[in-house]
This record gives sequence, C-alpha cells and structure tokens, in this order.
Amino acid sequence: MEDLVVVGNGMAGIACLEQILSHDRKFNVTVFGDETHVNYNRILLSSVLAGERSTDEITLNSLEWYQQNQIALRLGVRVIDVDPVNRIVKGDDGSVQHYDRLLLATGSRAFLPPISELDKENVFTFRNLDDTKAILEAAQPGAQAVVIGGGLLGLEAARGLQVQGCKVTVVHVLDTLMNQQLDITGGSYLRQKMEQMGIKVLTSRVTTRLLGDGRVEGLEFASGEKLEADLVVIAAGIRPNVDLGRKAGVTVNRGIVVSDHMETSDPRVFAVGECVEHRGQVYGLVAPLLEQGKVLAATITGNKGPTFEGWTAAAKLKVMGVEVFSAGDVQEQEDSDSVRYEDPALGIYKKLMIRGNRLTGVVLVGDAGDSGRYMEWLRTNADLVVRRRNLLFPEPVADTGEGVAEMSDGETVCGCMGVTKAQIIAAIHEKGVNTMAQLKERTKASTGCGSCTATCQGLLKAVAPGYEEETKKLLCKCVPFTQENLRDIIKSQRLKSVQQVLEIYGNGVGCEVCKPALSYLVDVVWCGDHEEDRSARFINDRVHANIQKDGTFSVVPRMRGGVTTPAELRRIADVAEKYNVRMVKVTGSQRIDLLGVHKSDLPKIWAELGMPSGQAYTKGVRMVKTCVGTEFCRFGVQDAIHAGVELERRLENLYTPHKTKLGVTGCPRNCAEVTVKDIGLVGQEGSWQVVVGGAAGKHVRKADLLITVQTTDEALDSVMLFFQYYRENANYLERVYDFIERVGIEKARKETVYAPAAQRKALLARLQKSKVLSHDAWTERETPVNPTQFVQIQPLEAVIQ
Amino acid sequence: MKWFRVTQVENIPLREGRAVTLADREIAIFNLGDRFVAVDNACPHRGGPLCDGIVSGASVTCPLHGYKVCLDTGEVRKPDVSIRVDTYAVRVEDGVVSVRVEEARNKAA
Repeated sequence: MEDLVVVGNGMAGIACLEQILSHDRKFNVTVFGDETHVNYNRILLSSVLAGERSTDEITLNSLEWYQQNQIALRLGVRVIDVDPVNRIVKGDDGSVQHYDRLLLATGSRAFLPPISELDKENVFTFRNLDDTKAILEAAQPGAQAVVIGGGLLGLEAARGLQVQGCKVTVVHVLDTLMNQQLDITGGSYLRQKMEQMGIKVLTSRVTTRLLGDGRVEGLEFASGEKLEADLVVIAAGIRPNVDLGRKAGVTVNRGIVVSDHMETSDPRVFAVGECVEHRGQVYGLVAPLLEQGKVLAATITGNKGPTFEGWTAAAKLKVMGVEVFSAGDVQEQEDSDSVRYEDPALGIYKKLMIRGNRLTGVVLVGDAGDSGRYMEWLRTNADLVVRRRNLLFPEPVADTGEGVAEMSDGETVCGCMGVTKAQIIAAIHEKGVNTMAQLKERTKASTGCGSCTATCQGLLKAVAPGYEEETKKLLCKCVPFTQENLRDIIKSQRLKSVQQVLEIYGNGVGCEVCKPALSYLVDVVWCGDHEEDRSARFINDRVHANIQKDGTFSVVPRMRGGVTTPAELRRIADVAEKYNVRMVKVTGSQRIDLLGVHKSDLPKIWAELGMPSGQAYTKGVRMVKTCVGTEFCRFGVQDAIHAGVELERRLENLYTPHKTKLGVTGCPRNCAEVTVKDIGLVGQEGSWQVVVGGAAGKHVRKADLLITVQTTDEALDSVMLFFQYYRENANYLERVYDFIERVGIEKARKETVYAPAAQRKALLARLQKSKVLSHDAWTERETPVNPTQFVQIQPLEAVIQ
Repeated sequence: MKWFRVTQVENIPLREGRAVTLADREIAIFNLGDRFVAVDNACPHRGGPLCDGIVSGASVTCPLHGYKVCLDTGEVRKPDVSIRVDTYAVRVEDGVVSVRVEEARNKAA
C-alpha cells in the first residue's frame, strides 16, 4: 500500500478522504490537522456563536471514525515543510512523514486588513472553533462589540455577538453590505433588516488603528472619527493557504492551481478545497468543495474520468430571520435585463439578471424560498423564454409532487452538504428512508442551515412509500413556526417582546391568535424577565377581570384553599351593594364571583375588597380546592387545608399555558374531587399521592398518578416540578390533561420527579425566578400600566369647523 | 359635522383602543402607531366593545366572539359577512386627537 498524507483536517480534506475510502483501499492514510479538534462543520461556527448549537453538535467525524478507518490522525500538528524530492512532510513537532501521494487541503486563513496596533487583547479573527470559543468567552452581556467586515461572515458574527448580549456595530469599508454578493439595493434592504434587529451598521469606514493599552478600547477610522469597543472581531475576508503548495514546488497563483481532474503540476501532489484555484476561481463554499473531492478521489485512486468543471458562485447568509441569497453575477450590465420585485414594508427584494433569455445572476433578500429553482436555472443555463412571464412568481402547482418532479436528478437539494435529488431518491429506495430524521441520518441532507427542509419533505412525500408527515402544528400563519421552535428562537435569539418576535420571525403584524400565545411564550422563556406588551394580551389580562357578554366584567377575589373569614365576607357584601353588583355567585371552585361590574369601577372594588386577584379571568392558577382534612373532619388523614393554602400561595400570580385547577383532599374519599383536577394531592395514611391530568369538562378523565411521597413538603415540591414542566413544555391553550395525553405520564415522571437532581433543581429555580418577578395583578389599581386603562375618556371640548 | 377635541395622544397606548362618547355615540379610537382611527365602539355582531379588542395591523378583533373589523373601512373581515361599523375621520393637532362626528345624528329619528 502507498502512503497518502492529507494536510488539513477540515471539511474539504475529510470529505475528499471519505470519497477516497469509498474506492478500493490503496493507501495507508495519515491526516495532519493544526487544530486540536476532529473534523467539524465550519460553516456552522456562526450558529455556535449564536447559541443555536453546541460545539459537540457540529462534529462531523468522531474519533471512532478515524480509528475504524485506520487513519493515523495527527491533531495539533502543523505541517511546516514539504520536500518533494524525498517525498516527505515535516511537522512543527519535529516529526517527518513519508508520502507517495500528498493531498493538500490547507483551506484558508482570515485576511487581516492593514490596521495598525492589531496586537491587542480582545481582538479576534473568526475562522475556527478556538476563535469561536475565545469570542464567546469575551462576549459578555453589555459589552461593546465591533465587527470589522460587513460580508457574510462578519454579519453572522455580528448577530452571534448580539445574541450573547453585546451591543454590536458592524464596520464595513465599502458602502454596501455583502458587496461581493449584493447590489446596492439588496445591500440597503439587508442593512435595514440588520438595523431592525438592533445591530448598528457603519459603512464607508476605513479602520486605520486600534486604540487601547494592552486591551482594545476602540477603533480609529481614516476620517479621524473614533468608536468605542470592548472587543473586536475581524472578518474582512479570507486568503487561501498556499505556502505548502509553493514548498511542494507546484504551480501557485491565488490558490494552488489544479486541473479539471484536480491534479496539480506534480502528479504526486493533489489539492482540494479553499486553497485551490480552478480555472481562475477560488471557492469558499462547501458544495463545490465536496464536488472537487469526488473528482479528486476518482483521480487519485486510479479511476480518472470524472471532471470538475467549475461552479456557480452562490452564497446564503446564515442569520436566523434574515434571508439573503445571491448567485452568479448580480451587478447591472449593459447587455442584461434586470427583473425586480420590491416590497419595502416586508423588506423583500428580488432581482434576476437575464441575458439572452438565460439567468446570469440572482439576488434574494427577505425571502429566499425560491433559491433552489434559480440555482438550477443557473446551473443548467436553462432557456427561460416560456417562463418569462413567471420569473418571480411561479404558477402555484396543484400537485405538490410536481415541484419536485420538475427538478432534475443532478440538482443540489442541500447546498450545505452537497446532496442531490438523485442521492435522496437513492437513499429512499435503497436504504428504506421514510422520515426526515432517517433522511438526515443517511444523507446528511438538511443538517446544515436547514433551508432545504421543505424540498426534502416534498421529495419524501412524493417518493417514499411509507412517508408519514411529521404533523407539527404551526402556531399561526403570522409566525409560521411550531411553539417548540418559537421557544428555542425566543431563547437563542434573546427576543424579549412579542413585537420583536413578530418583526423578525413573522409578518410584523400578528393577530388575536398568535399575540396572546407569544405573550405567554416570552413570559415563560424569560421567567417573567421580558418586556410585557399589554396590547398583545386579551382584554382580560389588561384589566384583570373577565369580560362578559354585555361588556361588563366579573370580579373573583382570591380565597386560598377556599378559606375565607367573616371580615372578608362583610367587605364582599359591602362592595356588592355599593357598586350595584348584579349578581353574587358561589362558583364551582370554592370562590365568590361578583358579576356585572363596570370597567371603571374595577380599581375601586379591588381596593375596597382588600383581597388579591383570584386570576379567574386568565390562563393561570384558578384555585386549589380543598376539603377540611384533619383540621375538622373525623375521617381526615392529612392536613388538606394547610397544604392547599400553601400550594396556592406558591403558584398564584403566574401564567400557565391554559387555566390550571388544583385540588388537595385529606383522605381517599376525595371530597375535593381532585382526581378530575389538572393537578391534585390525595391524602393517604402517612403519604400523599400526586395526581395530574384529570378533567371534568367536555370529557371526563381520571388523573394519572405521578408519584407517591411521604411528607407534605415532598408533595408540594412534586407539584411544583410538574407545574413548571407543564409551563415550559405545553403548547399555549393546551390543558394539563391534553398535555399528559400527548407526552405520556412516563415521560412526565422522567422529566420531573424522577429527573436527575440538577434538572429538578433547575426547574424549581426557574419557577422561583418567575415567582419573584410576578405580582398580584390587582395591585395595578395604584400603578396601572397605562393611566387610562380603567377610566372612561372624557372629551376635551367641541370645536365647530 | 363637528370636530371634537378628544384627548392627548398619550392617553391611547400603541396598538390599543379607548372608548369615548361624542354626540351620543360611543366611539372607539385606536392608536395604530403611524395613525389614529375611529369606529363605532359596538361590534356589528353582538355589540361587543371593540375598544377592548386586540389590534393587529389595521384590524381589531372583538373580544366577545372574535369578529375581525377593518379599522379603515369599518367592514367585518372575519367571518365572511357583509356588515360594517361606521368610521370617523381623525386628526392629530398639537398632540391632541380630534374626531369628526355628525352631531346628535339620531336625535331626529
């Protein structure tokens, strides 16, 4: 066997090596990597910075993979020299390795612009995992972060830093963001979107010097203008690493020059990836590099035949909520037509460059849903004569299978992982793939940026015999995500208000369905530490009373455990008389309801009652119903009253996905009917049963047993664990009994009472945080969110016109 | 027709409505962010208080049964029925919202 040495342990080198290993084994393989990590998905570093993925989640090849394929892996060793005569490479650790074939996959490095005094603390490039970790460490909330470079990587870094809590400014040397991929109009749409997200953009600024003593404190521009900075990320472009190519004596221009068969000028030396120049082009994108790898693998294993014939330059911005796609030549040309569509309010801009009825370039900002179709037109140089009237708006396909049927086999579906339609169909037929999860595992399609998910699902639906649609319900067409997704988005993107979510991930407007749901989600994700927007709440949650059919309201004061006093009853009676309350009613939840109250009387009534809000108008804890328990009952075995009152005190004033009714009963006779409550405690001799998921509404459901515990403290803790788990995982408007049916009681147990101690502690800590930030809504009688919340507006005067 | 000076702009919060009685008519005034609009405060369905609805874009959803009313035209958008509420001209001068109402329109009736 011959010795194959691969210099570079990155995506291009290892993808190529995977292709080489798929041919008959001819080589003893040694891989050198100057990083200390196994091969990872470099294009996802920005999502690590943005908190969307952990560093483990972007690993592509584990250590076991190297071992199983008998690859000698030399991590943390940089190759510093090549001796093409004796065919050896030298490592910076003094090691020497012989080769018969040498594969250079050295990638590229960050370009450092000519800025003086770059050598300061807290100045980073953004190129590899170590850079990313260092940036994450420096990116403290509130820090002033400056990104030099308004290209793809710079903008992705900027958003990541913002998610980490930094105040971010992007400094770009030219007047258009992503100037390599966008025209001026596209750049201004992108700029608007970035600024909407709260990222400052400074264009036409040449940074000349970094300021600060030891640690960076600011930047100075050519104009003399200065900008404060606690940390600086330089993302001003990349340069191919070609030194080893030169040392190996092969032809080098901008990159290491290769033929269509991926050979260099030395038959023993090959090169692949970002360090390569092919027909004058250097590629910094994954799809063409993977294609190069396949061709190289054929050539190096003696199966020379396939050729690499170039690739249409295409780029996609990976910032959640900002869709930008560009391919081909996008600048205005005299012999080309530009076909455009713009919607400034929605921030959508599309431009197609057409020459001789063929597409030569495309820019999509704000909506990149059609990028696959345009890429295909570019790749196949499609004649667009018959499509000229529908360039920007394809006629809707009646048959959903037609869209995927129109794609050619060679069309790339997943640009991140370089997976074609033909490969997906092969996986379906040959490997029995039926679900998205299987498809991801088998082909890696849709595991990058995820923008091809819809196309993959379309293919599965059209081709896979056993395809079952993953029916995840989207919250609303205003924000087309599942609630689970939205929780992740709100958290990872640090969105604190309903309007932010709508503006960045939705249509900016919202509706009566999604606004209350988003209000709940931002509240629960941030444990109450969010920006409350009362306009997004239902009227009940603005005036803390339940609206009735005639526009009046009902008032239910809190009586914890259903226990009241003569003094409270007297005040209730006085209030009812004084404000002509139309009806006083005892409710099914052991409370008293005052019906027919005018909005303007609410604050006065609350003050005169001197009791907290019973939350009878909202999605929250309505009550803990109790029996008298050991306090009075001759059969009682547990103190239901005190347990119930304490439980209500601990859980009141919090929002829940739907109304939550609880009960505590002092013996198995169950006088408080807790087995049909959302959450209940059933007293036993010497123990408590904690039950969840009961219902006594449209249908009746007996609650499931969550756990049996000995002490009252344990029982209360168990309820709190489950309560917070429900708050964090149920969909808005999902009652506990529906939630339990969906997740199953076994899982609910594992995630709450049987969860590891750290997980239980964290659940309780989040509940505690919410509790601390909550308040009795009726105290707003003194400090209303808006001064006119309860008063009837009186006109100032009339003016004759 | 008469212009009524009603209230300071800050008394009607962003994306909320407030009711006011002008010339015997109960009118809901809304702050849409870029402008103020006014319609009858009674939903054409069952008379619900539109001023208490959730505002999205230029529509309000009645808090009682979810009828959605276009605040520019007064037409009901959801469900698909052809009923509407009256709309009123609104202007803002010196930070004060004014509404134009036909005075005591129903007195003669």
